[in-house]
Amino acid sequence: MLHGILMHELADDVGVAIMDLKAGAEVGAMTLDGAPAGQVTLVEDVPLGHKVAMRDLPEGKVVVKYGRPIGRATQAVRRGAHVHTHNLRSLRW
Amino acid sequence: MNAQDLKLTGYRRENGRVGVRNHVVIIPVDDLSNAAAEGVAHLVRGTMALAHPYGHLQFGDDLELTFRTLAGVGRNPNVAAAIVIGIEPRWTERITSEIARTGKPVAGFSIERSGDLKTIEAAARRAKEYVQWATELRREPFQASELLMSAKCGESDTTVGLAANPTIGRAFDRLAAGGATLIFGETSEVTGGEDIVASHCVTPEVAAEFMRTFNAYQEFIIAQGADLLGSQPTEGNIRGGLTTIEEKALGNIQKMGTSPIRSVLRPAQEPQGPGLHFMDSSSAAAEMVTLCAAAGSVVHFFATGQGNVVGNSIVPVIKLSANPLTVSTMGEHVDVDLTGMLRLEMTLDQAADAALSMLERTINGRLTAAEVLRHEEFVLTKLHRSA
Repeated sequence: MLHGILMHELADDVGVAIMDLKAGAEVGAMTLDGAPAGQVTLVEDVPLGHKVAMRDLPEGKVVVKYGRPIGRATQAVRRGAHVHTHNLRSLRW
Repeated sequence: MNAQDLKLTGYRRENGRVGVRNHVVIIPVDDLSNAAAEGVAHLVRGTMALAHPYGHLQFGDDLELTFRTLAGVGRNPNVAAAIVIGIEPRWTERITSEIARTGKPVAGFSIERSGDLKTIEAAARRAKEYVQWATELRREPFQASELLMSAKCGESDTTVGLAANPTIGRAFDRLAAGGATLIFGETSEVTGGEDIVASHCVTPEVAAEFMRTFNAYQEFIIAQGADLLGSQPTEGNIRGGLTTIEEKALGNIQKMGTSPIRSVLRPAQEPQGPGLHFMDSSSAAAEMVTLCAAAGSVVHFFATGQGNVVGNSIVPVIKLSANPLTVSTMGEHVDVDLTGMLRLEMTLDQAADAALSMLERTINGRLTAAEVLRHEEFVLTKLHRSA
């Protein structure tokens, strides 16, 4: 297995860790249909199933997954960082 | 594997509908009748009491939903025959007569002026006859076009949106092409993807009805002075990596596949005609599966990430999971292992084949993990406070 991150769409801001990923690891990403989506260096641990920023996300940016908005970054997020409730909030409630 | 490749057998009921299980159930009309219903089930092998906490001083649409659910579960083709026990005769008769319209054997008993013990004896004598009759019924072949089934996800995480729900969506596409009738729902849990659901509706009228249903629930939340932050996504979802309701919804709706949505059903309402239907329903697992059972669903696909263990009294619930931690730590609850999808070793079509193969085996009699582990959840949806 050459990848540690899966992405729904190449243009998504975040990918999903398909195993526990460790800070400092250089991890390959793939899309669901098997297209390579580059490499990212983890800036912190990201557990299985959690999201990794695939690019730098400025505070206030609408974050995209499935090619759709899933919330807004509540602080600046670095490429390779863990994206979760501490830095992403719903646009709905 | 397409719908027409499925070799299915089931129990053809008096009204022509086909069940995949052959239960004799004891339905209490109200909370006070649980003891008698359970008394009968203890005495008579092959029966099951569907105990629940409601049925008193409900009113309006809440009462109607309780009636529709109790009668609907009795009407479900997985039920060969039913005993109804209530505290008084009138509401007992209301449910009994609704079940009787299917033509299946059903008898009602009321407790007042008899007491529990005489009621249990009379009901147990009838239940014994029903069980012996039901055990002589035989399975016969049936077509996928005669199948009514449902799907939901629970304890979802990101793997559900990546793998398990798209698998159900692909399987649903194939079943819809074969003429099956399919239900999905979870009104609060399409928030963030509601425009996508609306765009799948077969006509502008159905889309408008869907948006009315969706907006009514959003307005209900606002009228409560609440929001669902902290409830949707759940703590289980968050532990599994889902952060927002939009993200959860976009994963959730993967399971509807690409078929047009033919109608919007009220909770526990039976679909009219084949194809995919959206049911206005809770996202709580046991409630939603119970509503599907009441609508006539005979088997259920359930995608899970973190490991929801739900089952249902009368409907076999097939669990699908792609989360390797869940499959390795609580694999006894998982019927279809989709972990290969995350490793990109299993394609979506192969996963749909695995799901349909397990569907075929389950319909033909293989007990699901939830059935073997006695997950017999039967949970009524309550719409508001009782009088």
